[in-house]
Amino acid sequence: MAQEVRTVDQRTSPATENRERTPNRPVFAPPSDIYETKDSIVVLAEMPGVAPDGVDITLERRVLTIRGRSTASEHTGYQRVYNEFADGDYERVFTLSENIDRDRIEATLKDGVLRLVLPKAETAKARKIELKAS
Amino acid sequence: MALSEFPRLGFDPFVELRRMQTEMSRLFSGFSATTARDFPPINILLGENSVAVTAELPGVTRDDVTISLQEDVLTLEGKREPKVQEGNVNWQRRERAYGTFSRAVQLPFRVDPDKVQARFNNGVLEIELQRLEADRPKKIEIRAA
Repeated sequence: MAQEVRTVDQRTSPATENRERTPNRPVFAPPSDIYETKDSIVVLAEMPGVAPDGVDITLERRVLTIRGRSTASEHTGYQRVYNEFADGDYERVFTLSENIDRDRIEATLKDGVLRLVLPKAETAKARKIELKAS
Repeated sequence: MALSEFPRLGFDPFVELRRMQTEMSRLFSGFSATTARDFPPINILLGENSVAVTAELPGVTRDDVTISLQEDVLTLEGKREPKVQEGNVNWQRRERAYGTFSRAVQLPFRVDPDKVQARFNNGVLEIELQRLEADRPKKIEIRAA
């Protein structure tokens, strides 16, 4: 039955724009906040509908890739009549500016928000260079 | 009221909804100008005698959102605050919206407030509402003259 279903464009992830995936689901770039503290960089990525076991985080040299697979919600007996968000997966790729201590990376997922704490490696913390009067 | 592709019903029950969306959705301060669309994004699913509304609310906990129902208008209100534990930080990128939100949805029929089920998993809020018994269409028998 023909229905008017309007789906607002969510930004598709540029990392996957020219790639075709086996499950042909849309891939979105999760809106992210990044802030820097003295000792670490924290990334907050919004991935609603993703359970903790659907998250995949990889760090290769300075490239950080975040992937989230959303669990499809079953709604038997219902028909979609109005869509503002679509069911899809998430992927985003970041290039980090400092060297990160890989062994101490912490990731938590709560309420669909992935929180990644990337501690800066000791050598990356800026050292002030004193200017000696000559 | 245009006739649309709803052959089963003969009219589009969501024309009013769309009109009401633009009138009743309000965004309070705290949201950046880049977020031009309403928050939270919602999906509406229609069943035989029930309607389900799902909303994307990542980063919001059960206590931060209030769902209220009056006849056939469902209202979602709440706030979302950046939970920064570290105190003074240096923001490098800020794409998520924060602040208070309020969104009203007009449903295609009146619903029973006692039969509402709401679930909140992984940042997705799902509300299932049952049609009010008194509001169900009544079959009218045609008597042989």
